[in-house]
Amino acid sequence: MTETNGHATTTTTNGAGNGNGHGEPVALKRKDFQSDQEVRWCPGCGDYSVLAAVQFLLPELGVSLENTVFVSGIGCSSRFPYYMETYGMHSIHGRAPAIATGIAVSRPDLDVWVVTGDGDGLSIGGNHLIHALRRNVNFTILLFNNQIYGLTKGQYSPGAAFVEIYQNCNVFNDGAFEAVTARDNRADMMIDVKHGQPIRFGKDGEKGVVATGLGELEIVDVASVGEDQLLVHDEARPDPTLAFALSRLADSPTQPTPMGVFRAVERPVYGDALNSQIAAAQESEGRGDLEALLGSGSTWEV
Amino acid sequence: MTTESAAPARGREYLDRVVIRFAGDSGDGMQLTGDRFTEVSAAFGNDLATMPDYPAEIRAPAGTVAGVSAFQVHISDHDISTPGDSPNVLVAMNPAALKACVRDLMPGAAIIVNVDAFETRNLDKAGYAVNPLEDGSLDAFTVYEVPMTSMTLEAAKETGAKPRDAERSKNFFALGVVSWMYSRPIEPVLDWINERFAKKEVVRDANLAAFKAGFNFGETAELFQHAFEIAPAVLPKGRYRNITGNVALSYGMLAASRQSGLDLFLGSYPITPASDILHELSKHKSFGVRTMQAEDEISGVGAALGAAFAGQLALTTTSGPGIDLKSETIGLAVSLELPLVIVDIQRGGPSTGLPTKTEQADLLHVMFGRHGEAPVPIVAAKSPGHCFDAALEAVRIALKYRTPVFLLSDGYLANAAEPWRIPDVADLPDLRVEFATERNHGEEFWPYLRDPETLARPWAVPGTPGLMHRIGGIEKEDGTGNISYDPENHEKMVRLRAAKVAGIAKDIPLLDVDKVDGSRLLVLGWGGTWGVIHAGVYRARARNRRVDFAHLIHLNPFPANLGEILAGYDKVLVPELNLGQLSKLLRMDFDVDVVGLNKIKGIHFRAAEIEACIMELTD
Repeated sequence: MTETNGHATTTTTNGAGNGNGHGEPVALKRKDFQSDQEVRWCPGCGDYSVLAAVQFLLPELGVSLENTVFVSGIGCSSRFPYYMETYGMHSIHGRAPAIATGIAVSRPDLDVWVVTGDGDGLSIGGNHLIHALRRNVNFTILLFNNQIYGLTKGQYSPGAAFVEIYQNCNVFNDGAFEAVTARDNRADMMIDVKHGQPIRFGKDGEKGVVATGLGELEIVDVASVGEDQLLVHDEARPDPTLAFALSRLADSPTQPTPMGVFRAVERPVYGDALNSQIAAAQESEGRGDLEALLGSGSTWEV
Repeated sequence: MTTESAAPARGREYLDRVVIRFAGDSGDGMQLTGDRFTEVSAAFGNDLATMPDYPAEIRAPAGTVAGVSAFQVHISDHDISTPGDSPNVLVAMNPAALKACVRDLMPGAAIIVNVDAFETRNLDKAGYAVNPLEDGSLDAFTVYEVPMTSMTLEAAKETGAKPRDAERSKNFFALGVVSWMYSRPIEPVLDWINERFAKKEVVRDANLAAFKAGFNFGETAELFQHAFEIAPAVLPKGRYRNITGNVALSYGMLAASRQSGLDLFLGSYPITPASDILHELSKHKSFGVRTMQAEDEISGVGAALGAAFAGQLALTTTSGPGIDLKSETIGLAVSLELPLVIVDIQRGGPSTGLPTKTEQADLLHVMFGRHGEAPVPIVAAKSPGHCFDAALEAVRIALKYRTPVFLLSDGYLANAAEPWRIPDVADLPDLRVEFATERNHGEEFWPYLRDPETLARPWAVPGTPGLMHRIGGIEKEDGTGNISYDPENHEKMVRLRAAKVAGIAKDIPLLDVDKVDGSRLLVLGWGGTWGVIHAGVYRARARNRRVDFAHLIHLNPFPANLGEILAGYDKVLVPELNLGQLSKLLRMDFDVDVVGLNKIKGIHFRAAEIEACIMELTD
């Protein structure tokens, strides 16, 4: 039994998929999260790396197979649930956040993940995504953006986590973004942002980011402005302007591009609030009495 | 219309039924007035049926015909099933209300007008060039001109209410007048005002003063020849309360939650005339019901479907425009084979149509409105109180067959009230379901391995060890549920889903026919027109016509004996508030001579229309 984010999650016991017959909690491994389905993405697709990374990550998080649900929409990335040995639903275009909200709200004991792509999540499903984030529903959204190839880092938190993953499409958009990802360019083109540290990049850390008086971000030579002028990243800043400015720093993946956790703030979780209202009602009124309800209001005998 | 009994005593006439309509401006409080009159009549033991009619605009321009809000109540000393055709009494608070309603009156009806409101500006707004109280156009009616505004102001003077506030109590004056006319007890209204306005003393006192003044006015004014009395109705024994369709439907879902042992989850987006279900269910958190006001219709049904996957009793509620938007997700529910109840409170269409008016024009939409072969069972409520039973039946089918189910109601049923015999909780159906807990195919769990009897698939909810599985909208292999593009498998799955829904016919009651000897005509209805068709049939029988009557609750599949029943008649009359949608389905499935009686005016049939049609067909 591990306690994660206030919700009890058990590690897998016998019968949960890798039965050792003793009912003892066992530590899960990457292969436990692999389903028996053949992975059908194009050879060389970036989705393979994302899948592998998630299958590596989940055992580290200590979640169980049966309490994990992946929900996806439509698109290449949305085949993801089929390849996970967990509960899963491959739904319809753009609607995964809506469906996952129903699951997460009604079953706070589950670990719910949404897998979506830039078309599914940002175009047809844009409205659901906005409202899932606004409500702060307890699930993690992995958005595979195949505009740019990048690294993945699953984030696990109570409340909505939104992780944009740059994913290479080697069939339709291959290599177009080497400007950022090529080994020789990385140091100059990837800006690794870390909470509490000055934002600095380049082979020798010779470049950095400063904020102008108007709050706009600017890339500068550290030598010319002085190290103490660099912007110190604060992912917990209550207002979202810094996170937004970081997200807009590169107009296209041919410019230096920030990567990392842009924003991580505490907000009330939608499902928690809803379920606590129910708990409070049952505490004060007792469990609903149907007979009393049906006979409520003015009644008369015939 | 009005049958008078033989012995008027002490200036009172004994009536067996009366239809009263309160009409005024949206801000005049007519719905509240009607509600109060209804409650008092119910408590008095009358059988009754009501029909609110209010404008779609929250605040249509004051004084205009578009802004008229009305509430009709039919009270009787015997079992009645409709809110009445034509009012016997119209209470018109302003010229616009008179203009909007006068066409519905039969000669001889009484009109009580607030004569204070019949001044030039209001007459202009209502589109009257000449004051109808003065031009003889109302000669066919008994018109009572009552200065309600000024008498209300006078009565409220001592309460300290400012004239502008006091004027708002005039609806209680009107209620007082009508209460006196129909011998209603005044205590329940006084009690209600005292309780409702306990914290607003001035408003309370003004309303009390206005109500009493209206009642006393009826008693003392020479305008009224006599009062009327309606004896209590004889209904089956039991404990009764008033209930509207939307409240009954909400209670039905709460009852289904209890009977199934599943927590109720409602995903919904506000839409007239369905929103009241969201409002009602959100009040009952102690029943463990989770209500979610979603960002749109699609999210409402999506969240409900997610909750179904997670093992909840899943519900989404909407009206026609919302069904349009939910269609894709309902198709997914057909493919996922998860239980989901989709409530469609039908309203006038197409498009925004007539949001506050009733219609039955979504039948073919819910029957066929999805791409691909996507059959969905349909249950339709027949009266406000029956919405309770229909909700339980929709849930029963959804849970047992692991399928989305449409529950049809309409704008009339949603808002209309009738006395409802409170059911005994012990008599409610057992809706318990068994979740899958064991692997069902050797060492594997197959999510589409069906029950051979019902063809339902197992429902394994997340959190169940060992039964992890993935489902989706892509065609699935029979049994394993894995993705399959195999042509043979697709045809098999399409036929299996169709057979599953068709097979429900074995599990629903046979259609019951209300028969008389030698009838060659069957009147077949469905949905919210039950009451009015019933009344029309009985009127025709009273005029010695041989006519049988049946009413469909299940529209997909039909009851197993429907074909056999239809074959037994020369003619089948199908009254519908659409262009003939059930008629089309019947002609598709059966060799039958269907005569459609169709009305698409946003309002209900009148019993007289049904009766006239039967008279013609049996001539």
